[in-house]
Amino acid sequence: MAKRKSESATVLAKCRTGISGLDEITEGGLPKGRPTLVCGGAGSGKTLLAMEFIVRGITEFNEPGVFMAFEETAEELAKNVASLGFDVNKLIRQKKMAIDYVHVERSEIEETGEYDLEGLFVRLNAMIEAVGARRVVLDSVEALFAGLPNEAILRAELRRLFRWLKEKGVTVVITGEQGDRTLSRYGIEEYVSDCVIFLDHRVHNQISTRRLRIVKYRGSKHGTNEYPTLIDEHGLSVLPISSMGLNYAVSDERVSTGVPRLDVMMDGKGYYKGSSILISGMAGTGKSSLAAAFVNGLCRKGKRCMYFSFEESPEQIMRNMRSIGFDLGQWVKKGLLEFRSMRPQLHGLEMHLATMHKLIQGFAPAGVVVDPVTNLSSIGDTDEIKAMLTRVIDFLKAQGVTSVFTSLTAGGSAMEQSEVGISSLMDTWLLLRMVESANERNRILYVLKSRGMGHSNQMREFILSDEGIRLLDVYTGAGTVYTGSARLVQESKDAAQALADQQSAGRRKRELEQEAMSLEAQVRSLKARLDGMHDDLKAGAAQEKSRLHAAATERDAIAKARKAD
Amino acid sequence: MAKKPDRKTEQALKAAAKNADTRNYVLRLYVAGITPRSQEAIRNVKAMCDEHLAGRYDLQIVDIYQQPVLAKGEQIIAAPTLIKKLPLPLRRLIGSMADEEKVLVGLDLRARNE
Repeated sequence: MAKRKSESATVLAKCRTGISGLDEITEGGLPKGRPTLVCGGAGSGKTLLAMEFIVRGITEFNEPGVFMAFEETAEELAKNVASLGFDVNKLIRQKKMAIDYVHVERSEIEETGEYDLEGLFVRLNAMIEAVGARRVVLDSVEALFAGLPNEAILRAELRRLFRWLKEKGVTVVITGEQGDRTLSRYGIEEYVSDCVIFLDHRVHNQISTRRLRIVKYRGSKHGTNEYPTLIDEHGLSVLPISSMGLNYAVSDERVSTGVPRLDVMMDGKGYYKGSSILISGMAGTGKSSLAAAFVNGLCRKGKRCMYFSFEESPEQIMRNMRSIGFDLGQWVKKGLLEFRSMRPQLHGLEMHLATMHKLIQGFAPAGVVVDPVTNLSSIGDTDEIKAMLTRVIDFLKAQGVTSVFTSLTAGGSAMEQSEVGISSLMDTWLLLRMVESANERNRILYVLKSRGMGHSNQMREFILSDEGIRLLDVYTGAGTVYTGSARLVQESKDAAQALADQQSAGRRKRELEQEAMSLEAQVRSLKARLDGMHDDLKAGAAQEKSRLHAAATERDAIAKARKAD
Repeated sequence: MAKKPDRKTEQALKAAAKNADTRNYVLRLYVAGITPRSQEAIRNVKAMCDEHLAGRYDLQIVDIYQQPVLAKGEQIIAAPTLIKKLPLPLRRLIGSMADEEKVLVGLDLRARNE
């Protein structure tokens, strides 16, 4: 995809090397029709890279190649790479490859005047024409500096050589020994200005690491980091960290956690397929058991799983998991489950990474368990482990593999700080805790985060029994968490309290009813008094009226008697 | 385009071995085309052979453009290259052979003195 884009968008055509990872970081390969310098110290894998470029060019891209060796004979070269599965002699017989060993012996040579390196040109040209080569390797042209005394002529001729090769349109890889303060001892980078790749081989804490860096790549975007590199029975592989990119396809499909109640806590469905899950907790909190539940659940559905253990042997894991009702042995027999147990110290991080890569690609599992990732800290520092795990996770996500990582939290350190700083890489984080109370240690589980799903915020008591893993509600109240028998005690206490509460409520109700009744009686008596008052008032008014009438009548009668006018 | 180089070399070696005691010289001059430099080298070598090795030398001139396989077989890098195959030790003289002193030293016709 990257290749197509770069070809259409820019004029720079690229030539794929076929070396795993290198084409990703160069975004499509080496500059086509131009020379590339591969430099590095002794034993850094320069010749191997060059040879792989030629061999893979033939076997994968059908581009014949020519190898001009200045340090090793054709037989030696063929023998050296035979262990990597490259049959150089067969390719030579098929007329797709040509090797020429150029031998320069200083003691035999006497300079007697002006000369040029036409001999070299003729030999190269003959080979290129014989096989129709598109790729050329010069390994390493610097040997000429030791053999030919006249550096001025040599430099002029090298310049002419590279120009000539460019005109031929062949893609060239030139190797060069690392210099004191320069990329190559004789400053070949001066002539090879298009692309320079630097190989490094260093030993840190007795564990050796190979690295590859693209120093420059004219006219092209490229990864600029140092990429861990590996030489194994399949040749060279570069492990691109950032080139993976965060553009993998995601799935809405769900994968059961293997614990029904835990599925319920995560939308009722479990993990997302292809997500990464971190299970962290202190020693003995049941991390491996939870991982085993996941494996068991997947295998039961006929899916394949791979279990990487850095702590226990497969037999030990199977025995231990049998005690909680997970018979993992049956899945191993059916070929659904594969264990890989190794001590982290066995090899460096890169080798672990590459081994995992290869095994996962070979087995194509649906789920992967790494138990525990924290053990890797004995062979690398946090940054290195993080870088490695980033690559593992990117790789697994790209493959759609659901992965479970367990992480051991050291006693005393903060719970929510995963040992190797990888929590941000994870989609789902389950935290297991030990709660000590009432003379007991009880396990607690909660979902600390789970991207893209409505997960429960509840703590659950996590119980390992012979029927498997069970999750129970924990008692939370008054700022305390009760688990185990304390929870049971608290629950019965609560029941008693509830009954008492119910009884006192009834009593209260009766009291209120009585009070209401007495109040109503008072209201009734007051009303009666009020009515009496109204009657009295009416009676008073009538008396007054009749009295006034009587008085007026009397006055009239008196006046009549006095014969008043 | 290329002749069998090995047989030719073999024959030359046999012939050379036969004449080894008589201090016969077997010389091969490899040039790249007929350039002025090639011509100069050919001229210089011939003149020197006639002067110092009259009657006891076998000189062949090879154009590596014509016979590239020989260039590979003989480990030719530079042009012109004069190879002294016999008497041993084998020597390669590269350049236009303009520096007569160096050519004579290279062909063991003159002691190295510095």
